[in-house]
Amino acid sequence: MLNIFCPHCGETRSEEEFHAHGQAHIVRPENPAECSDEEWGDYIFFRDNPRGIHHELWVHSGGCRKFFNATRHTVTYEIYETYKIGEKPSVTEASVAAAKASAQGVTA
Amino acid sequence: MQRYSGFGLFKHAFSHHENWQRMWRNPTPKPVYDVIIVGGGGHGLATAYYLAKVFGVKNVAVVEKGWLGGGNTARNTTIVRSNYLWDESAQLYEHAMKLWEGLSQDLNYNVMFSQRGVYNLCHTLQDMRDSERRVSANRLNGVDGELLDARQVAEEIPYLDCSKNTRYPIMGSTVQRRGGVARHDAVAWGYARAADALGVDLLQQTEVTGFRKENGVVIGVETNRGFIGGKRVGVVTAGNSGHMAKLAGFRLPLESHPLQALVSEPIKPVIDSVIMSNAVHGYISQSDKGDLVIGAGIDGWNGYGQRGSYPTIEHTLQAIVEMFPVLSRVRMNRQWGGIVDTSPDACPIISKTPVPNLFFNCGWGTGGFKATPGSGHVFAASLAKGEMHPLAKPFAMDRFHTGALIDEHGAAAVAH
Amino acid sequence: MSQVNRLTNGGRIDRSQPLNFSFNGQSYQGFAGDSLAAALLANGVDIVGRSFKYSRPRGIVAAGSEEPNAILQIGSTEEAQIPNVRATQQALYSGLVATSTNGWPSVNTDMMGILGKVGGKMMPPGFYYKTFMYPQNLWLTYEKYIRKAAGLGRAPTEVDPDSYDYLNQHCDVLVVGAGPAGLAAALAAGRSGARVILADEQEEFGGSLLDTRELLDGKPAAEWAAEALAELQGMPEVTLLLRATVNGYHDHNFLTIHQRMTDHIGEVAPMGMVRQRMHRVRAKRVVLATGAHERPLVYANNDVPGNMLAGAVSTYVRRYAVLPGRKLVLSTNNDYAYRVVLDWLDAGQQVVAVADARTNPRGTWVEQARARGVRILTGSAVVEARGSKRVDAARICAIDVAKHKVTSSGEVLDCDLIVSSGGYSPVVHLASHLGGRPTWQADLLAFVPGEGLQKRVCAGAVKGVFALGDTLADGFEAGVMAAAEVGFDAAVGTLPSVEQLNEEATVALFQVPHDKSTARAPKQFVDFQNDVTAAGIELATREGFESVEHVKRYTALGFGTDQGKLGNINGLAIAARSLGISIEQMGTTMFRPNYTPVTFGAVAGRHCGALFEPKRYTAMHAWHVANGAEFEDVGQWKRPWYFPKNGEDLHAAVARECLAVRNAVGILDASTLGKIDIQGPDAREFLNRVYTNAWTKLDVGKARYGLMCKEDGMVFDDGVTACLADNHFLMTTTTGGAARVLDWLELYHQTEWPDLKVYFTSVTDHWATMTLSGPNSRKLLAEVTDIDLDKDAFPFMAWKEGEVGGVPARVFRISFTGELSYEVNVQADYAMGVWQKIIEAGKKHGLTPYGTETMHVLRAEKGFIIVGQDTDGSVTPDDLNMSWCVGRNKPFSWIGLRGMNRQDCVREQRKQLVGLKPVNPQQILPEGAQLVFDPKQAIPMTMVGHVTSSYMSAALGYSFAMAMVKGGLQRIGERVFAPLVDGSVIEAEIVSSVFYDPKGERQNV
Repeated sequence: MLNIFCPHCGETRSEEEFHAHGQAHIVRPENPAECSDEEWGDYIFFRDNPRGIHHELWVHSGGCRKFFNATRHTVTYEIYETYKIGEKPSVTEASVAAAKASAQGVTA
Repeated sequence: MQRYSGFGLFKHAFSHHENWQRMWRNPTPKPVYDVIIVGGGGHGLATAYYLAKVFGVKNVAVVEKGWLGGGNTARNTTIVRSNYLWDESAQLYEHAMKLWEGLSQDLNYNVMFSQRGVYNLCHTLQDMRDSERRVSANRLNGVDGELLDARQVAEEIPYLDCSKNTRYPIMGSTVQRRGGVARHDAVAWGYARAADALGVDLLQQTEVTGFRKENGVVIGVETNRGFIGGKRVGVVTAGNSGHMAKLAGFRLPLESHPLQALVSEPIKPVIDSVIMSNAVHGYISQSDKGDLVIGAGIDGWNGYGQRGSYPTIEHTLQAIVEMFPVLSRVRMNRQWGGIVDTSPDACPIISKTPVPNLFFNCGWGTGGFKATPGSGHVFAASLAKGEMHPLAKPFAMDRFHTGALIDEHGAAAVAH
Repeated sequence: MSQVNRLTNGGRIDRSQPLNFSFNGQSYQGFAGDSLAAALLANGVDIVGRSFKYSRPRGIVAAGSEEPNAILQIGSTEEAQIPNVRATQQALYSGLVATSTNGWPSVNTDMMGILGKVGGKMMPPGFYYKTFMYPQNLWLTYEKYIRKAAGLGRAPTEVDPDSYDYLNQHCDVLVVGAGPAGLAAALAAGRSGARVILADEQEEFGGSLLDTRELLDGKPAAEWAAEALAELQGMPEVTLLLRATVNGYHDHNFLTIHQRMTDHIGEVAPMGMVRQRMHRVRAKRVVLATGAHERPLVYANNDVPGNMLAGAVSTYVRRYAVLPGRKLVLSTNNDYAYRVVLDWLDAGQQVVAVADARTNPRGTWVEQARARGVRILTGSAVVEARGSKRVDAARICAIDVAKHKVTSSGEVLDCDLIVSSGGYSPVVHLASHLGGRPTWQADLLAFVPGEGLQKRVCAGAVKGVFALGDTLADGFEAGVMAAAEVGFDAAVGTLPSVEQLNEEATVALFQVPHDKSTARAPKQFVDFQNDVTAAGIELATREGFESVEHVKRYTALGFGTDQGKLGNINGLAIAARSLGISIEQMGTTMFRPNYTPVTFGAVAGRHCGALFEPKRYTAMHAWHVANGAEFEDVGQWKRPWYFPKNGEDLHAAVARECLAVRNAVGILDASTLGKIDIQGPDAREFLNRVYTNAWTKLDVGKARYGLMCKEDGMVFDDGVTACLADNHFLMTTTTGGAARVLDWLELYHQTEWPDLKVYFTSVTDHWATMTLSGPNSRKLLAEVTDIDLDKDAFPFMAWKEGEVGGVPARVFRISFTGELSYEVNVQADYAMGVWQKIIEAGKKHGLTPYGTETMHVLRAEKGFIIVGQDTDGSVTPDDLNMSWCVGRNKPFSWIGLRGMNRQDCVREQRKQLVGLKPVNPQQILPEGAQLVFDPKQAIPMTMVGHVTSSYMSAALGYSFAMAMVKGGLQRIGERVFAPLVDGSVIEAEIVSSVFYDPKGERQNV
């Protein structure tokens, strides 16, 4: 069972207090009327679904009822960070890859 | 192919079973195949078998990163039914059901397809309405189904708490008597053996790391064993489909979630059929070995770890004990998880893709096992002809753009 | 019966407390402190069960949780039956009733055993895949007999009398296992002041310290264990959990502990006690001190009763003062196993011989044994046990381990007990539950825990540290480290001194060679519980099952209730040899919870029956009960369904209630509708974005019906929202949708439009709602309110504040029945009083309470939808003929607009909501019935829709229905047919979905 830090409450609580809402940072198109059916379908249905680093939306439903984002690994389930809506993640697929590369560089 | 029979067992007993042949070869990859199937689970192996057996395409490889039948085929709760609401699903799953009936004989491999009956319990008036709707649709679609009242349910399912004391008293149930269970591993192995005998190369420990394209058209797969050419490529990788799509350069309307299940210790027969409840949310059957096989709900977050959260297991056992109070003192032996690729309408995607000659069969979510023969058959037909089989057509990917979903979520059919 | 195998002295049993128990109907006696297994052995019981597949007699092999054979049924009454209890883990209590789970007529003379002998030859692994295929329709018949023969114990047929619970725990350090490493770790962490939980599965803390012959500080190790325990008991931050198995290691250091609170006392918990408890622990750090299991050697007939683990026999002798035989033969590949020889000699018994697979063993204990005259046959092993129901001899041959060959004809030695030791397998289960694969350590001949992301440290034998002194030191260090990592200073302390033993390396022997090939030798069992043999594993690899998972699945290796604790490593060693690869290449299967099985009831805890899920009641619930209401479950709510009078059935009651509303006045408890208080300067704009219709012009004091869609344009909820002030609205939702809608609003507000100033608060439970509906409602309400009810002062779709029944109220003049209606909202605390006043005042107006069923009929007569009944997630507002409720020209592209304009949503011939009027006015269409245009067509029929709602209308005098019909709105006046299950067909005319008062005059008077 995951243990999640709520950035609003400032506390780490068990997953039972939270609900997952899928991929984060999906922005509703500014002007839906101008979207093609394909663009609209992409917006509402198509997802990255990565095996690895995932930025995802959570809500502290049994707590402060506020939404926030988490960066979590979908294989190890490790949570790297949680952050408020509107903020950018500090851990990304690119940053992890870069960190790995530089770590290898150091040892080599 | 060495033929299996009771007499064969008798004969081999005299030679101390030293002369049984391999069930499948361990071939080295050829440079190029007519069709490459990515994913050696039940659906992939069935596809290969029907390609070779029915559609005459024998130059086929199944590329599997681990071991045959090692994904959701090995991890599901083995339920088979075809009582889906919408015409498109009912026809697809009923196609599978007809192939299940006779599959052991077709493959000369006992897949232990056991038509013990599948019950879907109703606990509310809306459950009853939805069930009437589904059974009515099933019957007019030629799929067997009955709607039972509470008294009939109590008569047919011993030990089920049909009293008014439960939180959500049972008001009735649907039953599909042709539904039941099959031995999951045997399905993979049976298809593998039969496909191998027809010349299909089963390449285990072969992981696809990319798709090679020429002028935008797929011409084969990159693997840890090198490039393997394929005139057509069919991807049947369930929970890992999103990852495969990424390698191919597009996205799917799928999310991969953990789906958990558990078994009890083996006990003497107590559950004779498959019993499912959507409202209380648990489902249960008993294997021939005596284990109670129990399915849990899906975990809400994306996960490829083949494990989920403990509260999901708790809720499931609460539901089971609520339904069958006599099982309270039985013990859970083992729990595990699979990775299910869930689609927005709880229906699969059997489809061409933005990449010519690359086909995907995925999105079966929690309901893939029961469709194995039908899925394999229609996908094989589609790969053989390069055009989607009529039963597969409604399941094309573009429905998520046009809006023509086949919404089994909205229906009463539980999604397992 | 006397305890023939009990030593007169020693052991940790209490000879002053004899306990009577029965096994297979026979009475026996043991002592307090016995396990059931120890008590059975003390009484000379050899056969405890029959094997699963071949019905071979089986005896006790082990002394702990790894026992595969002694799986018994316990319980003296039907309700108390407990299947599959491991006798080695069950404390003996007075009156214990145990039986074997297989064997007919008894385990001693089992008829199936004969069949097993004959038929066994035809039952290699996977035989069932190769037969029973013909004829096709006979499989269910074959299966019936297979099922009967399978299974171990049985479930009770009566309901469990016991209760269970669970407890959430948080700690700094959870120490798993209270053997030497675990006790040391707990001491170290405990001394630092950290909050520590120490859990152990056994009946006593101490693990191997309870039976080892090694001394600590020159004293028996158990004395040190007792001192350590006493110190831990004195620490306020340390929790000691006994009979508590850490059964699962879950993500983010969440572990579950299954504690048996009363199973050592009796089959049913004493009054007021919980039988078992799950501890749900979130640990900052975990110390895994789970120890190791001894591996048996695999040799011919190694399953005959009288074949046991070497260490288990030491445990029975030293801890329980039980002799499981008289004449012992040891077959070993390691030094540590020699302790059984010394213990056996100390107990005054005969050691016939030791067969040591090593050519020149010279360790401390080996030399001690040699010095005491024990005959040690080096380079040898027991290749075959002799005897049918009990070992009577052992055949020992010289073997070549490397070539896997028998090199001498050997000798047959009379004995009644063969004990074996093939080395030690660390208990890596918990360390591997999260997918971290264990790694093979060739020097130890063992898998040790692999890397894991979790904040855990392994200590002692689980990581291959076997020598007692090293184990204690390792445990201590682990405890210091774990505590330090979470901010507790390392505590100082000394460890007891231990004599360092000279131990020599173990030789890699798993399956002992036989002079015949494995396939032709007598059966060599690998997994006792599942009757998996070495020959079976070889056959599996021969047939192409090369992955360890394939071998497991094909042979059933490790699938038992012991999950292969004894057999798995031997099995994969055999598979590896057969495939010509290393054990490392073979790898292990996945380890999954549970470490040992866990009672369903314990996992479920209290959340069954009345506490399965909360029941929600309205403030007037007691009145409904007192007035005979039948209830309907709607979401978690209990809603009055109808109020039968004088033995009425549903239909009679509903007809009466409906007419009362149409002709006089009715009252409905509508409190369950979701209510969301919405405030803020942008509240109105927000409503514009989430509802399909327009809210800009809704005046203060007015209310409006609204429809909500998802981004795909499909209807998702509906309800009436009232404007309380320019920046203040009260939204109502469906009963089942209340929580969903609130989440939805918050989602959009917080993630899409955080710039909008608006706040949402659920007030569902704060307000109780009573709906007065019917022509007399105004007259009635006037008697209990100070609000001016004049039709112009208080028009339709307006709301007023005032007093009702003497308390502050909001009254909404809205109608779901089509009649003149008032929805009275008062604070829930006052509601019962107000309700009763209205009921009292209503007597002279013919006031009739009505339930949800009547509400459904009345709204359907008006063609009003119920989301979730008339819609199913694939229905747009246009499909519902509710385009009037769609503000296509609103400036903001509200949720659903783009979705409902997609290609498939605007095509012709979508299913549309219409009314149906059965041609026979007495026939009621079943709700859910599928519709066709041509009832004569062959199956599969082309279906064109289905009935969503259907009733007999008392007001109209005929049956009617609502239905979704393909192109329905263009087909008004045409016929559809519902072919029913019984073969009959109901014919109906497609009509407008508004049946009653189509102009809407009655609600607007």
